[in-house]
Amino acid sequence: MINKYETLETLHMIDNQHLDIRTITMGISLLDCADSDSAKSRQKIYDKICNKAENLVKTGETIEKELGIPIINKRISVTPISLVAGASEAKSYVPFAKTLDEAAKTVGVNFIGGFSALVHKGFTEADRILINSIPEALSTTDIVCSSVNVGNSKAGINMDAVKLMGEVIKKTEELTVSTDGFGNAKLVVFCNAVEDNPFMAGAFLGVGEPDCVINVGVSGPGVVKHALEKVRGCDFGVVSETIKKTAFKVTRMGQLVAMEASKRLGVPFGIVDLSLAPTPAVGDSVAYILEEMGLEKCGTHGTTAALALLNDAVKKGGVFASSYVGGLSGAFIPVSEDAGMIAAAQCGALSIDKLEAMTCVCSVGLDMIVIPGDTSASTISAIIADEAAIGMINNKTTAVRIIPAPGKKVGEIVEFGGLLGTGPVMPVNNYSSDDFIARGGRIPAPIHSLRN
Amino acid sequence: MKKAIITVIGKDKVGIIYGVTKILSENNVNVLDISQTILQGMFTMMMIVDIEKCDSNFEALSDILAKEGQEMGVEIRIQLESIFESMHRI
Repeated sequence: MINKYETLETLHMIDNQHLDIRTITMGISLLDCADSDSAKSRQKIYDKICNKAENLVKTGETIEKELGIPIINKRISVTPISLVAGASEAKSYVPFAKTLDEAAKTVGVNFIGGFSALVHKGFTEADRILINSIPEALSTTDIVCSSVNVGNSKAGINMDAVKLMGEVIKKTEELTVSTDGFGNAKLVVFCNAVEDNPFMAGAFLGVGEPDCVINVGVSGPGVVKHALEKVRGCDFGVVSETIKKTAFKVTRMGQLVAMEASKRLGVPFGIVDLSLAPTPAVGDSVAYILEEMGLEKCGTHGTTAALALLNDAVKKGGVFASSYVGGLSGAFIPVSEDAGMIAAAQCGALSIDKLEAMTCVCSVGLDMIVIPGDTSASTISAIIADEAAIGMINNKTTAVRIIPAPGKKVGEIVEFGGLLGTGPVMPVNNYSSDDFIARGGRIPAPIHSLRN
Repeated sequence: MKKAIITVIGKDKVGIIYGVTKILSENNVNVLDISQTILQGMFTMMMIVDIEKCDSNFEALSDILAKEGQEMGVEIRIQLESIFESMHRI
């Protein structure tokens, strides 16, 4: 029987250490919504989302109440829209984004992801239409998220897509000047994108997924930080064990909520994503975990090693706690969403170069980083290329969600509000990458892709 | 049997257990186990109950208990046992 101390430990984690379920994400396949008539296709999309996700929010709220654990977001991920809209005559997919926005608002979810294209080896006509529609789609909708996969370990990197995405990010910046370039907070450029990611902005439902599925993402940096406070001065074996035990407990919450949601909604359970996702709330920071390990500031020498240990221990603890693990599963390091990262960036301890090194050992990539508004499209493309190269060579997911802030210079602050937080404008390297990006073509897959 | 755990945390005073069990009795909730301590002057009670035959739905019972807690100046919550089971038992 459960004892008093265990009960209080759980309550303490929820009340004081920000333990929560970050998201219940319902994946909905829209492959059966393709139609040669785009209006008909959009109607099918709207109807299917409203039908499948009708009870998602209510069910999430009931579980939240009965188990007494906060479930912060209820979200939807859909089939990459380029695969669905491609059957139609449409020359712009902005109306499809608007349909997603309307349907998501009708069912009351926080975000819908899947205004996406997978172009790691090349473009279809539909992929091009979708990518060209991204700036307007993100500036005219509220809760639609977009992602583009530009490379993977099997195919290499589509450098034409990398070039194009630099331009798309600049165009999105122009169209969302009034909100400090907020549109780009809803756009992720991936290498090795996963098909079952429950986290935004990069969630979409891959073609190998079922018609409808429930994926859950947990959160718990505050819980890990608190656990480490009790083992100050102990060696790394103890640190790793402590993180593993904590991650196990956190992940069990995710597994329970996923099973409950799946049962009550009558939708199969997909995966639990083991990611440690921070929020801007004080005490819910991944950076503070790294600092708890003995670093004066996140970003100083030793940060990459600390993050590698954290990321690995979270997986080892979490994998035993869930029947199916998937998604991104690793520590997130979104700068604007993490109080410790913000502070480290502001005092100069944390640079984009160090963040890039950190992405080699954790999920997912350069995330929620604000850069000066005068950064060129080719520099942004080059940042994407570097990050994609790390993903391609290391067989891992990497992503870039970078936000050029119109008119803003290094040191200024951009407020996004809510979970997206506050971003200090970080410096980029000012030397040109123009000629490199102008080459185009495809970077071939690495030698270790030839495994057969 | 459908088990839930009620926790009461707050400043100790006369009548807390009475206040909680009165509501449980009115709602046909059976108490299976009670344990309580005073930790640093804070009253901490944990009660395992069976809500299978409860007359109200879970959310309503949860709201009634929370309201009673507010009136007594303590925090009362009810959660399904599964959250504690899954976190602390393999």
